[in-house]
Amino acid sequence: MAEQEHTEHSEHIVPPWLYMVIIGTLMALTILTVVAALQDLGRFNIVVALAIATTKATLVVLFFMHAKYVPKRTQLVIISGIFWLALLLFMTLSDYVSRVDYRGVRYPMSQNAVHISPSHRS
Amino acid sequence: MHRTGALYGQFETLEQQKDTATLGMWIFLVTEVMFFGGIMLAYTINRHTYFTAFAMGSSMISLPLGTTNTIVLLASSFTMAMGVWSAQTGKKKLLPIFLTLTIILGFAFFYVKYVEYSQKFHHHLVPGKTFDVNYCVNNPSKCEDISPADLDKEREELQRANAADPNLNSHAQLYFSAYFGMTGLHALHMIIGAGLLFWLLHGSLKGLYTPQWNTPVDIVGLYWHFVDIVWIYLFPLLYLIDRHR
Repeated sequence: MAEQEHTEHSEHIVPPWLYMVIIGTLMALTILTVVAALQDLGRFNIVVALAIATTKATLVVLFFMHAKYVPKRTQLVIISGIFWLALLLFMTLSDYVSRVDYRGVRYPMSQNAVHISPSHRS
Repeated sequence: MHRTGALYGQFETLEQQKDTATLGMWIFLVTEVMFFGGIMLAYTINRHTYFTAFAMGSSMISLPLGTTNTIVLLASSFTMAMGVWSAQTGKKKLLPIFLTLTIILGFAFFYVKYVEYSQKFHHHLVPGKTFDVNYCVNNPSKCEDISPADLDKEREELQRANAADPNLNSHAQLYFSAYFGMTGLHALHMIIGAGLLFWLLHGSLKGLYTPQWNTPVDIVGLYWHFVDIVWIYLFPLLYLIDRHR
């Protein structure tokens, strides 16, 4: 039977211990991002938050979603998706941060911002 | 459709069949990345344009509830991954258990979201006619769930924010529109995911999924993990603006 021959090498199976390592790391990173958000890192608060989120997303994509083990063709689709998203973000944001209207007035990105030190509602 | 065992007629091998399904799902997920990416981009621009109002709004949503939901959703991704593993290794008893756990965690997420949303209705923070960012500060008796100390602190911060941004109320409304829009779209995806999980549970109880053919489990798993990734970004974007004192 054709199907019998192909069962052995049909897919890579990620072992449960690896899933446990990944979920442990994801939980730790969640705590880390909350702790980091409560520190005053100036303009780097958002950088740290997004760096941690991207690390978490990468772990989910590579291991939970098996992207590490799929054919190169599928990996190309994933990478091109990320590429198009990067293009969308980069082109639009570079326009907004550099936009000056006909009066010579800059688009008010991050201007006149007052930093709120909030009471934490729960 | 012609089918030999687990293999559909248009495919040469089981491996090719599986790769095709995975590739198709990823192409769909790329369209979802662009969908949520565009929304998050619009959010980012507004957040940087009206930073004061967005920071004020962010301080009015609940960090403990947001963190809880992040942990609940990550845990559900883990149980889903274990479900896929059960299907791949032919553990027919374990698969329904992991799917049920994933559904339970999904509903725990909905419950926390329900608590959060009802707080926002209660505090007049739902965009529309009754939206009032100063509501709790002006009507402390109506917001007894917020401690007097926190309300005093909030009054002080609102004064500074109102002074910095004369249209604070409109801009805070923009933040809450983004909050409800983004978390609402995410929740809609989760509702669809929960429906798919019930469908998988039904199939798993009938013993449909085997190591040779478990494509539906794998594909729904990809979808569920994707929804988790959206939340991984929504959490810092919405909940963690300017949280430090």
